Amino acid sequence: MENQDLSQRFNQNLKDADLIALYRLMVLTREFEMRVCKIYTQTTIPETPHLCVGQEAIGVGSCYGLRKDDFVLPSLRGRSVFLAKGVPPSVLMAGVFGKATGPSKGKYTAHHMGDLEKGILAGSLLIGSQFPTAVGAGLAFKLKKTDQVCLCYFGDGASNRGDFHEGLNLAAIQKLPVIFICENNLYALYTPVEKAIAVKDIASRAQGYGMPGITIDGNDVLTVYQTVQEAVARARRGDGPSLIECKTYRLRPHCERFQENRPPEELAYWWDKCPIKRFKAHLFDQGVLNEETHHRIEAEVAEEMNRAVQFAEESPYPDAAELCEDVYADGVIRGGRLCAS
Amino acid sequence: MRQLTFREAIQEAIAEEMERDSTVFMMGENIAASGGVYQGTKGLLEKFGEGRILDMPISESGFVGAGVGAALLGTRPVIDLMFNDFIPLVMDHLVNHAAKMRYMYGGQAIVPMVIRTFFGAGTRMGCSHSQSLEAYVIHCPGLKVVMPSTPADAKGLMKSAIRDNDPVVFFEHRLLYSVKGAIPEGEHIVPLGQADVKRKGSDVSVVATGRMVYKALEAAAELAQEGIEMEIIDPRSLLPFDCQTLMESVKKTGRLLIVHEACKTGGFGAEIAAMVAKEAFGYLDAPIERIAAPDIPVPVSPTLEDQYIPKKEDIVATAKKMVA
Repeated sequence: MENQDLSQRFNQNLKDADLIALYRLMVLTREFEMRVCKIYTQTTIPETPHLCVGQEAIGVGSCYGLRKDDFVLPSLRGRSVFLAKGVPPSVLMAGVFGKATGPSKGKYTAHHMGDLEKGILAGSLLIGSQFPTAVGAGLAFKLKKTDQVCLCYFGDGASNRGDFHEGLNLAAIQKLPVIFICENNLYALYTPVEKAIAVKDIASRAQGYGMPGITIDGNDVLTVYQTVQEAVARARRGDGPSLIECKTYRLRPHCERFQENRPPEELAYWWDKCPIKRFKAHLFDQGVLNEETHHRIEAEVAEEMNRAVQFAEESPYPDAAELCEDVYADGVIRGGRLCAS
Repeated sequence: MRQLTFREAIQEAIAEEMERDSTVFMMGENIAASGGVYQGTKGLLEKFGEGRILDMPISESGFVGAGVGAALLGTRPVIDLMFNDFIPLVMDHLVNHAAKMRYMYGGQAIVPMVIRTFFGAGTRMGCSHSQSLEAYVIHCPGLKVVMPSTPADAKGLMKSAIRDNDPVVFFEHRLLYSVKGAIPEGEHIVPLGQADVKRKGSDVSVVATGRMVYKALEAAAELAQEGIEMEIIDPRSLLPFDCQTLMESVKKTGRLLIVHEACKTGGFGAEIAAMVAKEAFGYLDAPIERIAAPDIPVPVSPTLEDQYIPKKEDIVATAKKMVA
């Protein structure tokens, strides 16, 4: 939380339209998540929601300044990243419903979706396996001599996997354009971070890999934006990877399937630090946002989400005949095995 | 025809593909300056430079996973995994990532990567440096699996594997590296999923893989003296598998013997046996037989390891029993 001043510094470089766009993306993400939360209790959907409520500033702030051809590999709580990277809410919601119009045509859970055209790499359901994949993206950029970058998101829990070590070390020795963004929300499911990690800041581990590491307030969207932009510029210059730790808190359980008993005063503290609430107050202070524009944004987002849910509900499920498609690039599975024709 | 060793044939295939396609590159431990622990990448650094022949730290999971990411973004990594006993270290990235990416993207993605890895017993190196772990990966939908036995097949299959748009695990028996064989001049491609009949015969169909192809051929030569003709089928590609060649052979001979160096339970042979039992049941004149290593770790001492590896004598004895 040492970098509160950054938002002040950078605020001067962002136009009002950018600030409104950042705010709108966070509001859209929150609305999307709360719709999923509600739908999950009302009807049967394939997705087990792992909501990013309270963490919206990280995905939105980090993706906002990216180019279209830059890549991201979100954590399991990546809805703000998908939306900021331009996935239409309707498509994303169709994915939540397991419909044929979703990102993978119903083949894979939407909260780990990939879309190569939008610059999104799919993550697996295994916490902390994303580091090497993102490093591979960086390697491809280096080999092809492009100046694209890849943002790799992960939680505090994932930073204890061996793949964190192998991935960060590999990115550092090869000087790859990968920015590792830790969403430290203080819990790995039920386990508090201090029971799993002996250092105060995960960013301090960067030193062991020979890359810069910084801990920031992950609930301040402008700080996230600014810090990531600096790391991106460094990566584009060919100076290699960075580790950015965003301190944050999830205001919903790990997933909606599990009950949690975190201290109410802790939840109240973090609701008070809600990134949307804080940014809204900041924008009101600056005169960028007023009651009228704020209400208009909320109404637009609500309408957009109505359309998204309707689209998802009305979309068809995939045809069962498509079960065995999309496994091999040029082969067909017959009788349960891949035989040569 | 010119002669190359199995090792040289693979080096040549990789070099030709790297010349042909600038997106092909290699990653692995000690592959650059030293040319690989079994010299499998000798000469490639000089030809292609450090930018495309990348020495990796001891981070098998890391660089196989990086291979998946690089393959998704338009390159064709050829990864040298050294011992196939390292497969357990990289199972997450092979099984949960490489194999499933295409499905996860709803068909939008391809993962054109090759994992080359050497395997097999017979060098007294112990139980985690000597296994034959092809069954681990054959079980995983989304992967392709190749196991050549001759230099020409190794070259042709490596070229196909590199050009293939799916992840391919390429098994090289390390006791075959010095085996010499004729290599056709010019472009030589062996498609995945095409078996090769290494010896024609009418009495017993033998499916043998890797080094076991040679044991089966030795056994066939001996049995021919007694008037028993074995037909030796080398699948070369285990997945996709050439069902047709196998069925035609079994329908002709009425007998099937499977020989592999991996241990028996849950092995590739079980799948072949099940396939034939279903699709050629009416043609069988004898129970299907399997010769494999026992279900134990690979031992070290010469007396033990030699006993562990399937032998020519086992094949001869079993085939005789089948035709009796």
